[in-house]
Amino acid sequence: MTVLEQPDRQAEPVDPAGRQPAIEVRDLRMRYGSTDVLTGVTFTVHPGEVIALLGPNGAGKTTTIEILEGFRMRSAGDVRVLGVDPARGDERWRARLGVVLQSWRDHAKWRVRELLNHLGAYYSPYSTSRIRRPWDVDDLIDAVGLTPHAHKRVRQLSGGQRRRLDVAIGIVGRPELLFLDEPTTGFDPEARREFHDLVHRLADLEQTTILLATHDLDEAEKLADRILILAGGSIIADGSAEQLARQVSTEAEVKWSRRGERFVHSTTDATRFVRELFRQYGDDLEDLEIRRATLEDTYMALVREFESGGRVTALHTFRGARR
Amino acid sequence: MSTETHPGASAAEPARRGPAAGRTPGADTRAGWPETRGMRVHPTLMAARAGLVRGGIELRHTLTNTQDLWNYLFPNVVLLVVMFFMRNATVPGTDFSLGARNLPSLLGGSMAFSAMVTMKITLAMEREDGTLLRAKAVPNGMVGYLVGKVVQVAGMTVVSGLVLVVPGAFLVDGLAPDSPVDWLTLLGVVLLGLVACLPLGAILGSLFDNPRNVGVTTLPLMGLVATSGIFYPINGFPVWLQWIAQAFPIYWLGLGTRAALLPDEMAAVELGGSWRHLETFGVLGAWAVLGLLIAPVVLRRMARRESGSTVAARKERALQRIH
Repeated sequence: MTVLEQPDRQAEPVDPAGRQPAIEVRDLRMRYGSTDVLTGVTFTVHPGEVIALLGPNGAGKTTTIEILEGFRMRSAGDVRVLGVDPARGDERWRARLGVVLQSWRDHAKWRVRELLNHLGAYYSPYSTSRIRRPWDVDDLIDAVGLTPHAHKRVRQLSGGQRRRLDVAIGIVGRPELLFLDEPTTGFDPEARREFHDLVHRLADLEQTTILLATHDLDEAEKLADRILILAGGSIIADGSAEQLARQVSTEAEVKWSRRGERFVHSTTDATRFVRELFRQYGDDLEDLEIRRATLEDTYMALVREFESGGRVTALHTFRGARR
Repeated sequence: MSTETHPGASAAEPARRGPAAGRTPGADTRAGWPETRGMRVHPTLMAARAGLVRGGIELRHTLTNTQDLWNYLFPNVVLLVVMFFMRNATVPGTDFSLGARNLPSLLGGSMAFSAMVTMKITLAMEREDGTLLRAKAVPNGMVGYLVGKVVQVAGMTVVSGLVLVVPGAFLVDGLAPDSPVDWLTLLGVVLLGLVACLPLGAILGSLFDNPRNVGVTTLPLMGLVATSGIFYPINGFPVWLQWIAQAFPIYWLGLGTRAALLPDEMAAVELGGSWRHLETFGVLGAWAVLGLLIAPVVLRRMARRESGSTVAARKERALQRIH
């Protein structure tokens, strides 16, 4: 990420009406046998936020999401999803959630439109004056770009088309909160771009709150308002990509060239350094570039620090990144 | 986030808010009880209705692809060929064609067998491929799924029965469904037999996690068919074997369909020298009650365990088998 004199953005959207959080997790713990998978996860998601949950394999991302979806019982901790404990969520609560599942070969004989029409029917009793459920089938098919394939059987779809169908199934009930677990695994760049556009549309037009677990740092940075990093069973960092980057590395790399010669310099105060450069060399200065830590740098630094036993420091340092 | 739906609201609420519905548009839908031309449709009822449609669609799918058509035809053609070669043999102690005796017998026996096996295998397969998880992610989706499955498998069993009996009736002589009582008996035995066998299949299908292991239970079921007097009267069998056969629904379904379609004097070669209508409905009814009591418990336990990671793990395992 290249940051050139960008005004400091307040990335944290504070809910103006002070409404109930979409997700509230406090000290969530999960233990399988004698293995602790989650050792105290705490975070809050506000309505309309898009949150990316990052973390190494086995960090507990999927477990966390499945507990929030109500598909898995937790060992301990306080969890509220749309104001309800997922362990006790009823069908009315279920109707307000969307879950994007990875399809494999289910409903292979069904046609795209037939399947969406059928699954939408379950949501119609939960339609409200504010949220009309389900989504009109043809509009939905259009929104996910499957119109030319609406009458194809599911087994005839390509991998990318199938994932778009998965998303369509996840949002057919116009969810207030959508869960996406590794949504773009196996996508080609074009399919990935289309998928990102779709998520942006959902977040912007429908004000859907989205929790996305991913391995893809680029994706997290593009889509998420806020990033949570889960490692070793707890959240080790919580903030926007910029906030995290600033916390982890205070140094920026300044590159420039003068009379055909390239220079690189690391500094904690890029602004002052560049001002000094201009004062000294003025018009001779060319190809100026300031590079701050990318999300990948940040992520690697955080996880490495955590894994080398710097757990406590990491927690303390990044508490500051939260509001 | 919407405050339109109240997850905590009690089921008694709609009655209370009934009169206010006209004054506050949209309020009537708040608790998930929409107004449809003055009639309140309960979400569960809606899901059951969606399930009926689902069953119909899935039954239609089985009639429009070669794999399923082959599954309808192949076993029945084999049975018809066997019957054709039996047509000149006689039932011991009579001069009645063994082929003619076996047509109604096979109708009952194969319906019992295929209702159990089809239900069992479909359930195990659809758990593996994630169909069940999708149903779980949708409000009241499990209700719709199960209603749909019962309709689909019952429909498939009836179609398969017709494929056997319609051409079979032209191959053998001596069938005598000559009174309305016989037709009513046939209808009653088939319906009650399905109600007895479908839950048993569902229980078997939900006990095993791996479709390959489910296949193992097919073998004892075949053995049961062999001892149930479907192909040959069991009068000559050891008494303990007769008791085993009479403990299970397959024997009684076969007896019931023979009672409906064979001449009355053929009752003489049955156990006890009678069609034993009372015992037939008694035993089938007992299995139906038992199945309907146990199946929901087992199915609920099975559904509770489904999550994205369990489906992913099964997919992983299945793919390893392929490679």
